[in-house]
Amino acid sequence: MPISLTLPFTSSDVNALQLGDMVSISGDLLTGRDQAHKWLYEQICRGSDHRDKEDAHVLDAIQPILQDGLIYHCGPIVSGHETGNYRFISAGPTTSMRQEPYQSAIMRHFKMKGVIGKGGMGEKTLNACKTLPAVYFHAVGGAAALAARAVIEVLNVYKLEFGLPEALWHIRVVDFPAIVTIDAHGNSLHDEIQTRSKSVLESLL
Amino acid sequence: MTELVQHLLELIRKTSTDLPHDVEQGLLKAREKEENGSTAEHILGQILENVRLARASSIPICQDTGTLNFFVRHPAAVSRRELSETIREAIRLATSRNYLRPNAVDSVTGLNSGNNLGGAHFPSIHFEEIQGDTLQFDLLLKGGGCENVGRQYALPDTRIGAGRDLDGVRKAALDAVMQAQGRGCAPGFLGIAIGGDRAVSYQAAKEVFLLDMDGHHPDPQIAALETRITTEANQLGIGPMGLGGHSTILRTRIVALHRLPASYFVTIAYMCWAYRKGSLRVSGGKAEYC
Repeated sequence: MPISLTLPFTSSDVNALQLGDMVSISGDLLTGRDQAHKWLYEQICRGSDHRDKEDAHVLDAIQPILQDGLIYHCGPIVSGHETGNYRFISAGPTTSMRQEPYQSAIMRHFKMKGVIGKGGMGEKTLNACKTLPAVYFHAVGGAAALAARAVIEVLNVYKLEFGLPEALWHIRVVDFPAIVTIDAHGNSLHDEIQTRSKSVLESLL
Repeated sequence: MTELVQHLLELIRKTSTDLPHDVEQGLLKAREKEENGSTAEHILGQILENVRLARASSIPICQDTGTLNFFVRHPAAVSRRELSETIREAIRLATSRNYLRPNAVDSVTGLNSGNNLGGAHFPSIHFEEIQGDTLQFDLLLKGGGCENVGRQYALPDTRIGAGRDLDGVRKAALDAVMQAQGRGCAPGFLGIAIGGDRAVSYQAAKEVFLLDMDGHHPDPQIAALETRITTEANQLGIGPMGLGGHSTILRTRIVALHRLPASYFVTIAYMCWAYRKGSLRVSGGKAEYC
C-alpha cells in the first residue's frame, strides 16, 4: 500500500520518507516547467524591489501554494481554453533535469517541501532537499492519462502567456501516484542506478 | 480533400491515444520479467493501466504528443502542396480537440503558436512518389524526453574505445543508453544508423522506427548485433524509468548507410515506451488504418 500524504507537508512528513517509497499525494500544488522555472529564478534574483507589478502579484499568489508545497514538472494537455473552464486531459511528468540550474534557489525561496517530476535531479537540488528538508517524487513518465485522472480540479492559472503547456497551473490532486527517488537525507536512487550502470558498462566496453 | 482531412484527423487521434499491438505486448512481457513487488513491476503496471485508460477514453497516452513526423507516399498525380496543406489542417483540428498538445514554440520569442504549426519544419513532412494510386501516410509522434537523449558519435571515439567497426557501433549504443538513464522514458527502443552525413544519419536513425521492431536486418551480422545490443543494454540495470530493473531496451533495429571515407557516424535515436506509430492507406476513396 502506498503512503498517503496530504499537502501542505510538514518536515517530519518528508523526513520520514525513504528511497523507493510509493506515495499517494493529495492536495493543492502548482505545475511549472521550463519557462516557469527560468522566470521564477529571474524574479528571485531580481529581488522584491525590482519586480514589475504584475510579476510581483503572481509571486504573492503562488507563495502560499509553494510554501510547504510542491511544484509538479508537467506540461499538460488542458481543455476549456475557450471558456476558461479548464480541465486536465493528459498530464504526466516532464524531464526534471532541465530545471537543475534553477530548482534549488526556487525551493529555498518559497520554502518548498519538494518537487514531482521524472528522471531525477542533480547535486544542487539534492543538497536543497537535505537542508530544507524536501523530497523528489518520481512520477511515471508517459502515464499521462492516469496522472490526469488524479487531477480533480483546476483552481487557477498564472503566466498563460508561456503557452498552455508551460503556464503555472494551480491544481487539486487526489491520490496522485509517485515514488520517492531523492530523499531528505542526501540519498538519490538515480545516483545509485547511474553508478551501478556505469560500472556494468565499463565491463561491456 | 475535406474527406482526407477527416481521415488524417482520425489517424492522429488513433496514433496519439493507442499503442501498436506489438509494443503493448512487449511491455506486458517486460512486466513478467520483473520481480514480484519490485518498483520496476509497479511502474510497468502503471504504464499498462495508462495504455488501457487512454485507449478506452480516447485520451493522449502521453501529454507530450511530440513532434509530428509524417512520411507520405503518393501517386504522381497528387499535389504535394495540397497534401501538405491537408495535413496541416488535420493537425490544427487535432490540436483544437486535444488529441495533440500545442507543441510548436518559437525559438526566439518563446511564443507557442497554439496549433502545432510553425514554419516549414514544424510539422516534419517527408514525401516519396510511388507507382499506383494508393496514398499512404505513416505517422510517428516522438516526445521531447526521448528526443533529447538521442546521440551521435563520430568514430573512432577514444573515450569509449570505439573503433570504426560493428563493435564500435555496439559500444556507442551502450554508452548512449547509459547516458540516457531513465530520461528517455525506459523501457525504450533504439533506432541506430551507421554512416551517412550528420543530418542523414539522424534522419535515418529516426526512420528506423517505421520498421517492424520485431524483425531483423537481412545481414546476419547486423541482425546479431541488434540482438546483442538489446541484451547488453538490459544488463545495465537501468530499468523502467531508470529506477532499476531488467527492462531498459525492448528492441534495437539498425540501418547501414554509405558514408564518406573520412566520416563514420553512429547515430542512436531513442524511442520511449510510448512508441506512437500509425498508418493510413487511402485507395479508391476507402481509408484503412493500421
